[in-house]
Amino acid sequence: MLETRSAPTDSATAITAWTAKDLLDTDTLSLAEIALIMETTEAMSEIRNRPVARVATLRGSTIVTLFYEQSTRTRASFEVAAKALGADVVNLTASGSSVEKGESLIDTVRTLEAIGADVVVMRHGKSGAPYLAARNTKASVINGGDGTHAHPTQALLDLFTMRRHIGDLTGKRVVIVGDVLHSRVARSNVWSLMASGANVVLCGPATLVPRTLHGHSERGSCEVTTNLDSALRGADVVMALRMQKERQDGGLMPSLREYINGYQVNARRLALARPGALVMHPGPMNEGIEIAPEIAHGVASVIEEQVSNGVAVRMAVLYLMTTARRP
Amino acid sequence: MTEPLLIRGGRVIDPGSGFDEVADVLVREGVVFEISNGLSDAGARVLDARGCIVAPGFVDLHAHLREPGFEQKGTIATETAAALRGGFTTICAMPNTSPAPDSATTIEALVERIARDARVRVLPIGCVTRRREGKHLAELSELAAAGCVAFSDDGSPVADGWLMRHALELTGALGLPLSEHCDDPSLNHGGVMNEGAVSERLGLAGQPPSAEISAISRNIALCEATGARLHIAHVTTARGLELVADAKRRGLPITCEVTPSHLFLTEEAVFGPGRTPAYDTNAKINPPLRTENDRQALVRGVNDGTVDAIATDHAPHAAEDKFCEFDDAASGISCFETALGTLMTSVERGELSLPAVLRALTVGPSLAFAIDLRIAGAGALKVGVSSDITIFHPTEPWVVDPQQFASRGKNTPLGGRELHGRVRAVIVGGKLTLHEEVAHA
Repeated sequence: MLETRSAPTDSATAITAWTAKDLLDTDTLSLAEIALIMETTEAMSEIRNRPVARVATLRGSTIVTLFYEQSTRTRASFEVAAKALGADVVNLTASGSSVEKGESLIDTVRTLEAIGADVVVMRHGKSGAPYLAARNTKASVINGGDGTHAHPTQALLDLFTMRRHIGDLTGKRVVIVGDVLHSRVARSNVWSLMASGANVVLCGPATLVPRTLHGHSERGSCEVTTNLDSALRGADVVMALRMQKERQDGGLMPSLREYINGYQVNARRLALARPGALVMHPGPMNEGIEIAPEIAHGVASVIEEQVSNGVAVRMAVLYLMTTARRP
Repeated sequence: MTEPLLIRGGRVIDPGSGFDEVADVLVREGVVFEISNGLSDAGARVLDARGCIVAPGFVDLHAHLREPGFEQKGTIATETAAALRGGFTTICAMPNTSPAPDSATTIEALVERIARDARVRVLPIGCVTRRREGKHLAELSELAAAGCVAFSDDGSPVADGWLMRHALELTGALGLPLSEHCDDPSLNHGGVMNEGAVSERLGLAGQPPSAEISAISRNIALCEATGARLHIAHVTTARGLELVADAKRRGLPITCEVTPSHLFLTEEAVFGPGRTPAYDTNAKINPPLRTENDRQALVRGVNDGTVDAIATDHAPHAAEDKFCEFDDAASGISCFETALGTLMTSVERGELSLPAVLRALTVGPSLAFAIDLRIAGAGALKVGVSSDITIFHPTEPWVVDPQQFASRGKNTPLGGRELHGRVRAVIVGGKLTLHEEVAHA
């Protein structure tokens, strides 16, 4: 099921304003919306390079981060982004909040709306939870990662990073390797990369790759393979995914050793890719498992830049969504 | 004495005998007195059934009434009122209540409540194992003596093959069917919807078709080994149905049912009709909605008679059971009041055949659980015996509004959908128990 529903017809007609209430995944974004986010991210990057990387654009707006799962970079990235724009930020985690007392997701979100939240950035362990929240609040909801479903701001920061280095992604080969089946990062990347014209290759052990996420869109394509060496030939981008150590207990993989033997992104394998291919990782990394340390920190790695771009992308998204709410 | 009724001018269909003619039906003293043309209405209340189908009251082999233990979801009173509106005059109550009916005492208490509150005939299904835990067999002969129509652990499959074999040996000796939810829990592994394109798209854990197929296969082998009557509850997979068809060809004492939901909807219902996924918890059922290929195979199975019964798996839930994250939502659809509408809509589309649907709602289920031995004429419409009759309009359009349900469960993925085909009147035991003006005032 690769097609997105009634794929947005995309003339690259430029749009100048954001209209959607929520950002739940990349699958419903039009090319024009993606272009708007990319342009805005450029502007935000520039702000971040100033000596005082702060503006007051969102003064008076309240951004709540509501995290039901642990997270370092995504939560911190949103917080820094919101503060850089002058918004008030409230950070909530499931532990230590009324969630622990059994409050439902819907009640929590409605309470945040009543308190005055303009935007709720939500991370949740269950796929689809932000959709439930978004349907039941007037606040804007940004999906900061839901279960094994989607992580749209990660995909957008990945896209921004790739475009900075490669430019137009049309016809470029982007290999995403690892536990694709359980990866919200991979899923969201598939939609935004295909929309951008890339040929996505999803690669991993047979037990950890989806069976149905392959096919063509108007501009790009997606294929699934278990053979990493052949996947890497001619790759322009190699993105390793975090390997959850629990998978070996769940019977999905004999051992981490077996995974490393077959799927670790290392120097020998990277040599199969196009010279100068980008190495990416959404973090947090298990160095020595899905990626060899010398590659993670090698010349081709843009992993730290991804983190930095993540702040700019989140500034862009918060800016667009918050200003869209203003009368 | 009940008022005599004259059902005038309807298309009278009795699937068991093949009778299908426009005729008048006179009901007197609790039985069908005469079926003929131009009957005199002397003294009888006349029901104008022109344009309607007059059929035996529907028989449902698989329903959840929730009482005792889960009255916030439904009660015997509310859910049998819903059954009545759906045209069902005899329903078999699944044992996933609290306490579960795993002893004569619990069955007797249930039968008392049924006698007090039920609007239609209700036959209890007893547990296979104590508390439906799949560990120790329930006292099956005592349950049979207390009046169980069949045995089942409902949504908890008897996973242990050793236990299942011995359960079948005992239920076989009692001559009662064992209705099994065929599912291998080790393959299902926490899945919440059909494993396939939609589950991969939505990042939801999948229930693979192989979990059902392998369990059906094992249970057919045990049916063959024991000779006991085995009923496969809610078949959902094309391959699972092929296995049942093959077992029937080999003459095994096996029957099966499918639900109106699986005949009408697919896994796409979880995604919903829009561009943005709905994660529709009202489309979460167990076993799950499958693919279009499976759905079409089930439709063919009804039409060719492989499917003995269309059973609702009516499963009312309280609003809060569904108004939550998809993973956490309860499984089940409140189905009594939409069953006929979905089936007749499918007939109108040229998918299901009308005679096949009516057979699977009446004589098919009646024979599968030998209900006609308990209720004379159940599933039939003929002179002298039967007195349960459902009168429905085959094409009347209506829009599903769950808030208007008699069921306490408003949980349906069909809210707002237009369906065709609607129950007009229901006669239970010769008594006009539901009439259109009453039901839809």
